[in-house]
Amino acid sequence: MRQPALFGPAAWSVAELTRYIRQRLEGDELLQDVWVSGEISNFKRATSGHLYFTLKDSAAALQCVIWRSTAQRIRLELQNGLAVDAHGAITLYERDGSYQLIVSSLRLAGEGQLYLEFMRLKAELEAEGLFDPSRKRPIPERPRRIGIVTSATGAALQDMLNTLANRYRLAEVVVAPAAVQGVEAPPQITAALGALQRLSPLPDVILVARGGGSLEDLWAFNDERVVRAVANCAVPVISGVGHETDFTLTDFAADLRAPTPTGAAVAAVPPQSDMQYELAGLWQRAEIALLTRMQGERAALDEAAQRMSWASPLRRVQMERQALDRLVERRERAAQQTLALRRVHVQGLEKRLAGVNPLAVLQRGYAWVSDAHGHLVRSVGQVQAGERVEVRVADGTFGAQVSTPPRPAQGSPKETE
Amino acid sequence: MKKNPVDIESMTYEQAYAELEQVVAALEGDQSALEESLALFERGQALARRCALLLDQAELRVRQLRVELGTLETGEED
Repeated sequence: MRQPALFGPAAWSVAELTRYIRQRLEGDELLQDVWVSGEISNFKRATSGHLYFTLKDSAAALQCVIWRSTAQRIRLELQNGLAVDAHGAITLYERDGSYQLIVSSLRLAGEGQLYLEFMRLKAELEAEGLFDPSRKRPIPERPRRIGIVTSATGAALQDMLNTLANRYRLAEVVVAPAAVQGVEAPPQITAALGALQRLSPLPDVILVARGGGSLEDLWAFNDERVVRAVANCAVPVISGVGHETDFTLTDFAADLRAPTPTGAAVAAVPPQSDMQYELAGLWQRAEIALLTRMQGERAALDEAAQRMSWASPLRRVQMERQALDRLVERRERAAQQTLALRRVHVQGLEKRLAGVNPLAVLQRGYAWVSDAHGHLVRSVGQVQAGERVEVRVADGTFGAQVSTPPRPAQGSPKETE
Repeated sequence: MKKNPVDIESMTYEQAYAELEQVVAALEGDQSALEESLALFERGQALARRCALLLDQAELRVRQLRVELGTLETGEED
């Protein structure tokens, strides 16, 4: 009794419980997208740029925050006592344990009427089918001519032209200027759209755009004339009106809704780098195709060359030539052998000839004797004592006389002086 | 590039790119004689150069219409 049960349920930490509550709040669909009406009090502008105030009515109060990024878009001059409709999401600031509304947009309380009018027209045009998804035309991927309907002096035009110039420079941009706020805006926007549709050639796409502003500033784009002109435009329309969170009926009627003018320009054209990649890819295919082709041809050529070298008459000619060469060689060798034989034979003959040369006998010291009539003396009977004879030796002749009567046989048959 | 059907230098990006696509398809189809393929490749090369040049050098052209209300007549000025 005096102390809690020792094993009772475990206690949550404050942080845990707070986080749980926060998750419950942030998980609630209604609380994350709610309009709330009240009067501003305790308005504070922090040095960070965030705005803090309390929204009050006679019975209750709600802490509100407008983050700096949102605050920059809000055109209303906020001050204590101002009656507004605030739109946003409920969250819980854990450190203080207090819930608060994170405001995403604000309008004057009277704008609720405009909103009702907006809803009425939206329902009517919707019923007519003007916003049907089936009416949406695809945005051409690469427009050659881009029409722009916007204020000639607004930052939106510069933003769009810069974006187009940075992304894609292959198009021609035709600007049809129009007032984009005030009573003159709807007829001017409609006329500008008409002028663009009379161009020849027609633009491939038309951007209808306006920079951010208050709900009244953007109201021209909820004008029935403008909405119908956009819906009936002969070429696809991209709308880029206000900021991300602003929706106009023009957005519903357009073929594509972009969050901002810059977004519309982005949606209208591809990034040029894509085209460079694409071009490079295509060219690579060409190179690969040719390379493959060349390799194929070369392989076929090699194979053909191989086959041809086996079957070719050239090869046969070469073989025959080789055989012929061998034949010639053999014959030459044979001829040379014959020649050598002959040479030997001739040499033998020469030798034999030399052997029978009578002069060669003289070389060896023999002499021959002839009588007065020149007859060779072969027998003792041919000469008589006292008879003159002539003696021939290797290098010449001399005369001689037979001194003794010739005697037949034994001994030397001749006598010489 | 003897036999240019269209002068590449005067082609728009779309024209050059479209023909380049045809050239590549023909090269990939591999039906033509080798000499023709080489000629095709050369033409493709010129087309690709033209495309790249256009991408690199193109300037965004901007002109402004003068829209008149009532008559809805338009005058054009650069």
